[in-house]
Amino acid sequence: MKSFALIAVILTGWLLLSAVSDFPDWGDTESPANDYRLSQHYITETFPESSVPNMVTAVLADYRGYDTMFETVVIFVAGIAIMSILRRKPLDHLKDKGKETRTYKKDPDLIIDTTCRLMIPIIQLFALYVVAHGHHSPGGGFQGGVIFGASFILLALSRDLQAAQRWVPEKRVLNLAGIGILIYSGFGFACMLLGSNFLDYEILHKIMPATPVEARSHSMLGVEIGVAFTCTAIMFSIYSNLASNGDMKETL
Amino acid sequence: MIDQSPALILLAPFLLAIVLALLGIKREWLCFPLVIAGLAISVAASVVTLMRVIDEGTIQYFFGGWEPPFGINLRVDGLNALVALAVSTVSLLTAIYSKRAVPAETSDKVSQFYTLYLLSVTGLLGIVLTGDAFNLYVLIEISALTSYALIGMGSRRATLAAYKYLIMGTIGASFYLLGVGYLYIKTGSLNMYDIQEQIVANNLHSSPTIFVAFVVIMVGVWIKMAFFPLHSWLPNSYTYGPSTTSALLGPLVTKVMIYVMIRMILTVFSPEFAFDQLDWSNIVVWMSVIAILAASISALSQTSLQKMLAFLIIAEVGYMVGGVWLTDEMGMVGSIYHIIADAFMTLCVFLFAGIIFTKTGRRDLSAMEGLFTKMPLTMVGFLVGAFSLIGIPPTAGFFSKWYLIQGGISSGHYEYVAALLISSLINAVIFFRIIEIAYFGTKPAEGHGHHHNEEHKDGPKEASFSMLFPLLITAALLLGIGLYNQEVVAIITNFVSQFNIGAIIL
Amino acid sequence: MELFEALSTKFNYWIYIIIMMIGLYAMISKNNLVKKLIGMSIFQTAIILFYVSIGVKEGATIPILYHDQVHPSHGDSHHEADTGHGEDHHPSHEEIVANLHIEPDDFGNPLPHVLMLTAIVVGVATLGVGLALTQKVYRDFGSIEESEILKSIKSAK
Repeated sequence: MKSFALIAVILTGWLLLSAVSDFPDWGDTESPANDYRLSQHYITETFPESSVPNMVTAVLADYRGYDTMFETVVIFVAGIAIMSILRRKPLDHLKDKGKETRTYKKDPDLIIDTTCRLMIPIIQLFALYVVAHGHHSPGGGFQGGVIFGASFILLALSRDLQAAQRWVPEKRVLNLAGIGILIYSGFGFACMLLGSNFLDYEILHKIMPATPVEARSHSMLGVEIGVAFTCTAIMFSIYSNLASNGDMKETL
Repeated sequence: MIDQSPALILLAPFLLAIVLALLGIKREWLCFPLVIAGLAISVAASVVTLMRVIDEGTIQYFFGGWEPPFGINLRVDGLNALVALAVSTVSLLTAIYSKRAVPAETSDKVSQFYTLYLLSVTGLLGIVLTGDAFNLYVLIEISALTSYALIGMGSRRATLAAYKYLIMGTIGASFYLLGVGYLYIKTGSLNMYDIQEQIVANNLHSSPTIFVAFVVIMVGVWIKMAFFPLHSWLPNSYTYGPSTTSALLGPLVTKVMIYVMIRMILTVFSPEFAFDQLDWSNIVVWMSVIAILAASISALSQTSLQKMLAFLIIAEVGYMVGGVWLTDEMGMVGSIYHIIADAFMTLCVFLFAGIIFTKTGRRDLSAMEGLFTKMPLTMVGFLVGAFSLIGIPPTAGFFSKWYLIQGGISSGHYEYVAALLISSLINAVIFFRIIEIAYFGTKPAEGHGHHHNEEHKDGPKEASFSMLFPLLITAALLLGIGLYNQEVVAIITNFVSQFNIGAIIL
Repeated sequence: MELFEALSTKFNYWIYIIIMMIGLYAMISKNNLVKKLIGMSIFQTAIILFYVSIGVKEGATIPILYHDQVHPSHGDSHHEADTGHGEDHHPSHEEIVANLHIEPDDFGNPLPHVLMLTAIVVGVATLGVGLALTQKVYRDFGSIEESEILKSIKSAK
């Protein structure tokens, strides 16, 4: 197996290397990828067409918004997949409405506890900033969502999974993730219902207090919030499922 | 609303998957109707789209209102429209079958299973309809991730099979992504048609980058479709997964990936480049010959029904890859027709295998003893599927083989014709052995000791309506596609003839 | 010297292939299921390096317009929504666009970044599902060494 792998790897590497000399130089502004009308259009026309200075956000949420919707679905699928692969017990506790008893496995350490108390709100505030300011500076729904999810993971690490579960019980996680995608696709279907194509935000100026160009910008913020919901929920869900080996009781 | 029909094909199952994820956990009874509703809308939209394509020719749908190459578009022509209709119909029939199978096999995860099921179908339909090379990658990953989970929910062995599938599938999809990157670095575009235009405009056909892109994309797609030496992930995945998973993925995943291969060859790279400039077609046809023979012989030696069918899928992949690379218009038509025919015949036999597994709890061939008297209707459905796989007229399988053989003869690839005939013969041996067991029950009734359940002592009775209905509909469709093959082939020929494959002289 | 130039101008592309092959080798040849997943991560990261390298432009900045370009009157407000209404000391969108001059070579190519955001997400998702499957394999078979698992399957038969 090892020698076979080595031969396969060398052959593939040789094949890929054979084309490198044909590539344009690194950093070449005249290369086809950088010089073609696609990239040029994104750079020069993004702001006139959607009043968003961050081109990456505009391409992500508008020009290629359909891709990004499915990107969000990829995260969602990963969350559900991990849950359904690892779960041993029936998911009955999702149906119960009974209150969970709050028991800590161990007393939280004073230093860790205090630091996390201080850090978590700041992290969450920063996450909201990253989501909301994604049009103007680096950021966006995925990044903000991951940061927000990380704050819950920090909580679970500093105390235990039960403590974090009180804030984001599994049922809420699933609902948040689904609602996130529903927000995203809701913008798309709203465009459809108003008689335009899926995700053609321009038409939304009819129901928004905005010009058509601003409608694109506002809708991008909307879908980014949807992405952030899904990302937050699923990042925490992935952590809690993997760390507890699927029974959601205690971490490793 | 009719303008939206191409988008609705995949957006309907997508929306209902999300609704199901939100509502289904508490209300399990809601899952099945939602799935059926989503897929029924999808089938209806596919029919409307196909009608529109026949009337108007190629139709486009721009997401976000951005024209390509700036935005992502759906571009539906005769090829996509047919394959999309086949995909949505197969998934609807499998969904009907799943009504009893899913609660029985994955009892505590019904809503998760159906969410993943619908998203998997969404991914497959998206692959078929999209006109954007990168979007195709995202949708490949959606259908792949859902498949890993759908398989991994099965028995103990299924987890390991799903893991292997994950590794191989990731290599395949990443190679595809890399190929798209190689195309992007030379053309600067991601839209399939625009890439083609750029390649022609900048005269890139002799560029080594485009050559590497082609090789890498082909290898990636071959891994995903389980073309023979790269098939190792498939048999166990389809054997040990839940039966609904096998009945969904078995007919669809490999066929959709063959569609991707045809799309890449015809639309992105152009047939002149793929068949003429590379001068590979002989090698690939020989590879497909080896694939057909090796997979058929492996199928012959299996004792488990599901595994045998899995190897038959690999042999069928060989048919279609070979048919495409024959560099003959008839071969190409035959391959595309075989995508549709094979989707339904694989569905037919996998549904049968699922019924047998739910009724007897066994996967081996001896589980089928005396089934003709106990489950006559089930066996009728199975017979049509088996005859189609063997290639007995008037089933669809006969006509697709007919076109493939014609293509093989007219392009002078007699080794391919021979492989096809031998493989049909092996299929005949396999299926007549099953029919013999089912009809005569040759083996003495032993080994029943450990099956104590009531049902099995009396022998299984006819399958429940929700399982039988899709099987019989599939059988009827196989006969229908066979009898009306002229109409289907007319659409395909209309699509293929614009590429002028026959004019490429090797 | 020529060779050196060929290497240095396309340095990223050489490196990405080497990294990618390390990952591919680990994926194919390693016996341990977690090591295979590590290989997979390396493999996917190499592709990200490749794509991002495509979009680099010498002397260009990140693909976000400068603040002065978008807010020509040095207003200190960052609100995006208030162009066009409210007390109008901000120029309208049309006015800004009319005066806007963007030199494409000043900004990096945004498209590869967008594509790789997708690829990163897919990579995370695949890795997560892979780890979940590995945990379940360990739970079922008591090992994550492929050879031992295959042995235990064979002996069970």
